[in-house]
Amino acid sequence: MKPIIAAPLLALLAAFALPAHADRYNVPKNAAFEEECASCHLAYPPQMLHADSWRAMMGDLSHHFGSDASIDEKRRTAIADFLVANSGGRKTGNTRDAKGKPLLRITETARFEKKHREISAATWKRASIKSPANCTACHKQAAAGYYNEHSITIPK
Amino acid sequence: MRHLPVIAAAIFTVGAHAETPRDFLARFEKEAGTAASAERGARFFTTKQGGEWSCASCHTDKPTQAGRHAKTDKAITPLAPAANAERFTDAAKVDKWFRRNCNDTLNRVCSAQEKADVMAWLLSLK
Repeated sequence: MKPIIAAPLLALLAAFALPAHADRYNVPKNAAFEEECASCHLAYPPQMLHADSWRAMMGDLSHHFGSDASIDEKRRTAIADFLVANSGGRKTGNTRDAKGKPLLRITETARFEKKHREISAATWKRASIKSPANCTACHKQAAAGYYNEHSITIPK
Repeated sequence: MRHLPVIAAAIFTVGAHAETPRDFLARFEKEAGTAASAERGARFFTTKQGGEWSCASCHTDKPTQAGRHAKTDKAITPLAPAANAERFTDAAKVDKWFRRNCNDTLNRVCSAQEKADVMAWLLSLK
């Protein structure tokens, strides 16, 4: 009986182990995206949200998580197109809430929550981290698209 | 008339890369109709003006040094021209950031007088 269980178990373990190594996002170069978005925060990989989430976010930049992030219309549509074209993907999953409304915060997506379930509320509040949106605090190579477990250092 | 915005944008774009920080001080003083006050600018910059944040919340009260975004913690290069030659050299950027950041700190647009005062103070910093 044992070898029969062991084979599927190994396959299952391998499937769980994979995402840790696959947490690398290839963020295509886009000057407008980098200038406008990354001036206030990390250039979050477009793959972390689905197209509908990006459309909703780019539709109301004047109220962007409590800040006025409005930009001129030409750039707004260009960046929205870029985000939509590179959105979602195999790992992202659904980025809508229970009612079907597109989520705007990457930190509220199921994938983010699952990946960070071991992080306590107190840890998030550390002065050295400040916010779950501050990827670089722990993922030192986040700006280059690397989020895998081997490049994590949680600061005190 | 339909082409007016296009022409205006073209003129604006041409002018965008030919500005110096002093040009903005002059422009805001002209719009305000009075001389700027660096002392008033310092007070305006470093104290809350109705919003949750002051300018200094992100730019620090010594803008010759680097700041940090109050919410995201992202590094912000110095704002004072003496410490950062790239600041206040592009009209589109200056207008964009005043529009957005005034909204965040005052819940309204800044007056020309307020902008002139801030420019005067930033230009006085060495």
